[in-house]
Amino acid sequence: MNEGPALLLENVHKSFGENEVLKGIDLTVEPHEVVCLIGASGSGKSTLLRCVNLVEPIDAGRVVVEGEEITAEGVDANRIRRRIGIVYQSYNLFPHMTVLRNITLAPREALKQDRAQAEENARKLLERFGLLDKQYEYPDRLSGGQQQRVAIVRALAMRPHLMLLDEVTSALDPELVAEVLAVIKELAREGMTMLIATHEMSFARDIADRVCFLEAGHILEQGPPDRIFTAPEHPRTRQFLGRIIEAGRL
Amino acid sequence: MLVSSASTVLFFAVIAVIVVLSPGSEIVAERFFSPRHLWQSLIGSGTNLSVLGAFVLNVKIFTVSEVFILILALVIAVVRRIPGPVFFPFRLVAVAYTDLFRGVPLILVLYMIGFGVPGLGLPFVSYLPDVTYGVISLVLIYSAYVAEVYRAGIESVHESQNAAARSLGLTRWQSLRFVVLPQAIRRVIPPLLNDFIGLQKDTALVSVLGSVEAVRAAQIYSASEFNYASYVVAAFLFVLITIPLARFTDRLIARDKRRREAGALA
Repeated sequence: MNEGPALLLENVHKSFGENEVLKGIDLTVEPHEVVCLIGASGSGKSTLLRCVNLVEPIDAGRVVVEGEEITAEGVDANRIRRRIGIVYQSYNLFPHMTVLRNITLAPREALKQDRAQAEENARKLLERFGLLDKQYEYPDRLSGGQQQRVAIVRALAMRPHLMLLDEVTSALDPELVAEVLAVIKELAREGMTMLIATHEMSFARDIADRVCFLEAGHILEQGPPDRIFTAPEHPRTRQFLGRIIEAGRL
Repeated sequence: MLVSSASTVLFFAVIAVIVVLSPGSEIVAERFFSPRHLWQSLIGSGTNLSVLGAFVLNVKIFTVSEVFILILALVIAVVRRIPGPVFFPFRLVAVAYTDLFRGVPLILVLYMIGFGVPGLGLPFVSYLPDVTYGVISLVLIYSAYVAEVYRAGIESVHESQNAAARSLGLTRWQSLRFVVLPQAIRRVIPPLLNDFIGLQKDTALVSVLGSVEAVRAAQIYSASEFNYASYVVAAFLFVLITIPLARFTDRLIARDKRRREAGALA
């Protein structure tokens, strides 16, 4: 199963009605690589992640995960999703379940782990991210940063080969952003393969092996963060980064 | 507190004065509120059934009906949301069912089931006790209402919850069972209980099939004693059993409101 890149997108197209959001995306993510997607809102970053997770069906092209074409006919989407973790901007924890149950639900029901094993794994992860004392709390008793960390732990509990992070800090108060970014940095250090859509430019610069600039459904340019942030080739990239600097976000 | 007590006293005093001063008040008092008849119809006498005893049948009818309604309605609500062209006929049946049974008056369903099914002369199903046809009719009608209540609950759970469950690798069914339905049902408990209060009263209509429940027993009493106190007794019993459920519903709503407000602060 572990042949070739962790993720390969070939000429991926996606439209919502008349509106073509992805206009032929080609992208490769190697194992243990961290790739950040930057670009204005509506440039297609979130849609791209949702297509990789098969939340949205694509209209044309191929998505290949570890050598397996997941967009082919008859592929069991549930089996694919278990290998790919996704974390959303709005956490989407299950409000009627404790933190522990939020994390163990999918391992127990989708992977058929027994309860003791699933809970042990969950507690280990919670402990690692400093959340063990919250295991019996309900999500509405946690801060936004804590909720988002729990959402990351929930995705990790499935032992994904690839993590997709969709603007995971956008809904957080500024003082809570750091604790979530620290968790992601920790994952990067451990070699988790990640595709991250983000507005946090300094974070992208810090963590990414490669940065892709999306504009109107195309990847306009990509490369190592140092080059993209200091010497972007494309005028649109320069314009975008210029506005970010103006806004004091880089 | 003082103002509210004063206005309450005044309000009921005015009504009492109007009733007492009305020209027929003495006859009404005797026909409806005679202590002797109230008591006799409540506990029964040598020649007449006890309304209280007959009321036990009402309680049985709605208890049994409620269980079946909760199950059947949930099935209908879930079937209505199964996607995919293969399930189109199932969805069609579910939609047609709710449309039909929300539209037809209960009393007509009672007649059609209670007199129609026995008339068919089928083995077994045509030879059930009258009260069973009554329960079947109540279940058919109320399941259509309650299915809509469930559906509203399911639709009130944000799609992102389902998306989160599915992207963790849970199947559509697992997502519904563990994530969507538990939240949906919690939200619809107050309207659900409200429908059950309606159901408790509607058990009286089962009497049209000949089952001697509280209202029927009261009717028999009034016919033989020429006194309506039995109806007052029956009404009192219905109210008595409805009030606890109504207060319980209020409490649930209040608790939910508190929780939402607390959630908004967090």
